[in-house]
Amino acid sequence: MIEAITENGERREMTINMGPQHPSTHGVLRLELVLDGEVITRVKPHIGYLHRCFEKYAEKMDDYAKVIPYTDRMDYVSAMNQEHGYVVAIERMLELEVPERVEYIRVIMAELQRIASHLLGIGAFGLDLGAFTPFLYLFTEREKILDIFEKASGARLLYNYMAVAGLMRDVHPEFKEEVSDFVKTFRPKIKELDDLLSYNQIFIKRTANIGVLPDKVALNYAASGPVLRGSGVKWDLRKNDPYSIYDRFEFEIPVGSGEMGTLGDCWDRYIVRVREMEQSLRIIEQAVDGMPDEGDVMAAIPKRIRPKEGELYARTESPRGELGYYIVSDKSASPFRVKARAPSFVHLSMLPAISSGALIADMVAIVGSIDIVLGEVDR
Amino acid sequence: MKTIDEILEILQNSHPDVELALESGATGTPWIRVPANAIREVSKLLRDGLEFRFDTLMCLSGLHYPAEQELGVAYHIHSTSKKHSLALKVRVPEEKPEIPSIETIWKTADWHEREAYDMVGIHFTGHPDLRRILCPDDWEGYPLRKDYVPQEFYHGVTTGEKSVSEQDD
Repeated sequence: MIEAITENGERREMTINMGPQHPSTHGVLRLELVLDGEVITRVKPHIGYLHRCFEKYAEKMDDYAKVIPYTDRMDYVSAMNQEHGYVVAIERMLELEVPERVEYIRVIMAELQRIASHLLGIGAFGLDLGAFTPFLYLFTEREKILDIFEKASGARLLYNYMAVAGLMRDVHPEFKEEVSDFVKTFRPKIKELDDLLSYNQIFIKRTANIGVLPDKVALNYAASGPVLRGSGVKWDLRKNDPYSIYDRFEFEIPVGSGEMGTLGDCWDRYIVRVREMEQSLRIIEQAVDGMPDEGDVMAAIPKRIRPKEGELYARTESPRGELGYYIVSDKSASPFRVKARAPSFVHLSMLPAISSGALIADMVAIVGSIDIVLGEVDR
Repeated sequence: MKTIDEILEILQNSHPDVELALESGATGTPWIRVPANAIREVSKLLRDGLEFRFDTLMCLSGLHYPAEQELGVAYHIHSTSKKHSLALKVRVPEEKPEIPSIETIWKTADWHEREAYDMVGIHFTGHPDLRRILCPDDWEGYPLRKDYVPQEFYHGVTTGEKSVSEQDD
């Protein structure tokens, strides 16, 4: 390691702040970096700038259903998945059966949202490292998904679309056609992305062998989603702990292989996201084929949800990883406790472990590769 | 894969002096109640025991039970190799909310314990860096306690709490 030596021969350490206002921290995050020359010796993340205490709101809402819009606002780039996780948890609590058509629409929405979220994650990652063009190309595609969401729910970012035991309203008549069109037009774009960014030598130089996360460390930190899979662990809750109707679909779990450098580096985490989009397209295709044309989009449930006394922890695979909801009911109309286990929170806590010894310029790549959303970290 | 009853039986056989209890609600999943002073020992055995292999701590949540004047922590662990999950719960009195930290066993606990300290005020003994994490360091009170009253001012700036209650009147 290179050491900065002053004229008197003393070792000199310097502390600088990255953030809270910094374009590549993806929100309001402050990283306290202790530097030795250009080498990072210690990182201390400071979070909480977006803290609104979602969990307290949930307890005060006086209605389980009224919590759903708040879940949207945690991970605001994948709101559908957040809602999905919450309604799955409540439905398990109530031991409810959900209509077939609802399950299919939910899966299509969740997978479209996963693609939209990855497009933003990948685009912003490239942008952080100086690749401006892919970002614009990817946003064109993301726009198409948001258009479908807007037609179905009326909103482009925070949908409030999924409800306990159903959906807020049925999808529009052209829904299936639009989704199929999107799948067709989007598939070749992934190849284009590979040419533009994935196998771009400059991009590889900036991401390969950087921020290496060994699988043992990843598991001990309970990493999940693309971050864990980037380290070569084949683990996806859609397959390993199936919820909704994911057990009906055929798809692969892409994992990192150290193709460009070391297993578990930034490039591996990146490529897992790209390959995952292909798998999401496969799931969407199968779901569109299997989706019944007719049927209710709301099961008959009492207007006020009152689960029996008890508690559970339900987890779903959000684009960032394991999104868990720990819900405690005391038989009243509002939850006694709702705890959201956000994947970004866990991944950010690993940052000191994977970035000491890195160069300061690589910090941007490491933060970008774990793809955090600060709304979810701070809740 | 082991059920919670089997796990409890093995634990009771290996630690006859530790008071473990199986508890459950009318819905959801059951959990094992562990005394605070035994949580480290039990966690270590659950992580390293050949028949358990709980390698990840999925979630750690702080709780407040105002009726019993108790605080609690719920641990949700999972084994990726044996594919079983388990919930543990520790409850301590409000006056002395001390629970040994399990940060060295599962690293996830580091930030989650800080969050539980910040939100409900549980002191995790042995935690290397027990500071507030979501609220500012000099914030007063623990927001997720049921009897929490938000402070009116923070460094001379109104938090909006008073004006809201005045509007209600």
